[in-house]
Amino acid sequence: MAVAAIKEYRFESADRLENFHGNQLLFVGWEDHLMFCAPFAFLLPPDFPFQALIEDVLPGAYGYHPDFAEIDWAKVEWLRSGQPFQPQLDKSLADNGLGHKAVIRFRTPGLTGIGGTCS
Amino acid sequence: MDMKTSSGKKLGLKEKYRHMTRGLDWETTYQKREDVFPYVAYEGIKIHDWDKWEDPFRLTMDSYWKYQAEKERKLYAIIDAYAQNNGHLNVTDARYLNAIKLFLTGISPLEYMAHRGFTHAGRAFPGSGPRVACLMQALDELRHAQTQIHSLSNYNKYYNGFHDPAHMLQRVWYLSVPRSFFDDAVTAGPFEFMVAIGFSFEYVLTNLLFVPFVSGAAYNGDMGTMTFGFSAQSDEARHMTLGLEIIKFILEQDPDNVPIVQRWIDKWTWRGYRVLTLVGMMMDYMLPKRIMSWKEAWEVYFEQNGGALFKDLSRYGIRPPKWLDQISFDKDHISHQAWATFYQYGAIADFHTWSPTEDELDWLSSKYPDSFDKYYRPRLDYWREQAEQGNRFYNKTLPQLCQTCQIPMVFTEPGDPTKICYREVDYQGEKFHFCSDGCKEIFENEPEKFKQSWLPANQIYQGNCFPDGTDPTVEGFDPVSKVLEYYNIQAGRDNLDFDGSEDQKNFAKWRGMATSNE
Repeated sequence: MAVAAIKEYRFESADRLENFHGNQLLFVGWEDHLMFCAPFAFLLPPDFPFQALIEDVLPGAYGYHPDFAEIDWAKVEWLRSGQPFQPQLDKSLADNGLGHKAVIRFRTPGLTGIGGTCS
Repeated sequence: MDMKTSSGKKLGLKEKYRHMTRGLDWETTYQKREDVFPYVAYEGIKIHDWDKWEDPFRLTMDSYWKYQAEKERKLYAIIDAYAQNNGHLNVTDARYLNAIKLFLTGISPLEYMAHRGFTHAGRAFPGSGPRVACLMQALDELRHAQTQIHSLSNYNKYYNGFHDPAHMLQRVWYLSVPRSFFDDAVTAGPFEFMVAIGFSFEYVLTNLLFVPFVSGAAYNGDMGTMTFGFSAQSDEARHMTLGLEIIKFILEQDPDNVPIVQRWIDKWTWRGYRVLTLVGMMMDYMLPKRIMSWKEAWEVYFEQNGGALFKDLSRYGIRPPKWLDQISFDKDHISHQAWATFYQYGAIADFHTWSPTEDELDWLSSKYPDSFDKYYRPRLDYWREQAEQGNRFYNKTLPQLCQTCQIPMVFTEPGDPTKICYREVDYQGEKFHFCSDGCKEIFENEPEKFKQSWLPANQIYQGNCFPDGTDPTVEGFDPVSKVLEYYNIQAGRDNLDFDGSEDQKNFAKWRGMATSNE
């Protein structure tokens, strides 16, 4: 049952793409680092290069963590909607198949948070 | 002509109740019944005989006013005395006040929403028994909102963050959690509202809300909060009875009602449980003098009491709510996950957070032997060390939120507290994200409703959370300060760490003046 209503019930999604003025949302989570309580939401244009995400966006969000400076990005494992994913770093978000409200996660082998507690 | 006004005999209670509630109803003649009661059929609930409704309290309005007036008189006498004697200086520690800020912004406005909801439900029901019961509960809820605001306004004279709860409920990021919970309930039909609020919240979960706050107040010297809590308690007993009666009544009326009610119980137990995360955090972290842990409260008030209730309801074909296995596992975790969230987003909240003291950490270790030292204490220790070095952690990046409960995606996989739980659904070409199987299934049952969720982080990114006239394109635009302005949070005064706050300094100064000759 999609809706129980007394008359026609038709509304638009609050977070539809057009509401973001040419940008889109990208959600990013860092596995085994729950010091950051939840994945982050970023507002980025679809032609934003994936490399710039790593170089210009993630440091501001995750840089507080002592593990962040230790990351070897060549060894990082990525997930897109929970499935293994190999991003093309020189390509845009769109070209990497990351549309509005896509969710990606990265795992940093060997780095598992404060005292290895996934914090 | 002389009119004989009395037979000399007073009506008995039962007769009086009959005349003054059921006897007031009439059958419609010049309008169709379904036009007068347009909301009663569309949810699919079938009622054959409204007279089967039993009201165990048999209260009429004249007695209602009498009882309530008496309670109000006592309450306001104590509140006045508390205010006049600077009772606020008797609380255990000024950190305690932050628990009360959470109550004022997160709970009191919901009392008012409950008032609206019961008014609507009472109007929608064709039966006079539930209509009168809903009317009284609607008045109770209004009374609770008012007495809470009156009691807590005393703190607003001295401390920060108490100044604008109704405004904040509509805007501040974390308050979208309790707000959306109630908005969902009041925009449902009258039967779902009654199962949601009357039964699931008032009957199944209410002890987990009121006992912690009211006992917390008593333990921490807060006579004001304790008094309105006790004043509300006798109303709560009536509400619980109404909640149970409505469930039994609906289930007894038609077997087709059972699966609908079951789905509502599943939905609203889960939704209520998610909102109670805030209470868990309050109990485990915000009361300087603890009453019991969240886990202990959950075990007593839900697992034991709720277990007996659902055993009782099984004769109607109702089973316990879904996802209880996960809830049971998570009782070792959610309060810590919530505090970590508020600690790091402390720059954009209307109350203070802090690093727990060493003995508070020890208390948490003893109450949570299976989880605290392993997963949470190292994080808190690290944050405390960093704060002591002047590097207090303030997370400035907006989090991803759950589409249903609207809580940041902080909850972990069932059975694995080291992995964030991610769930997603593609609906009409758009992705929707959830913190749990429960929130995902609730969305899937009503996607047209939940796709409209006003998610604070996403609304900020859409540019909808700045004061009117803000131009985000000007050079040096600072979105955080504009969002705080939109929230009516005073930056540097209402937010940030308790350590160094104006509340901390004032409380210490005033208590010093009250207890010494300096």
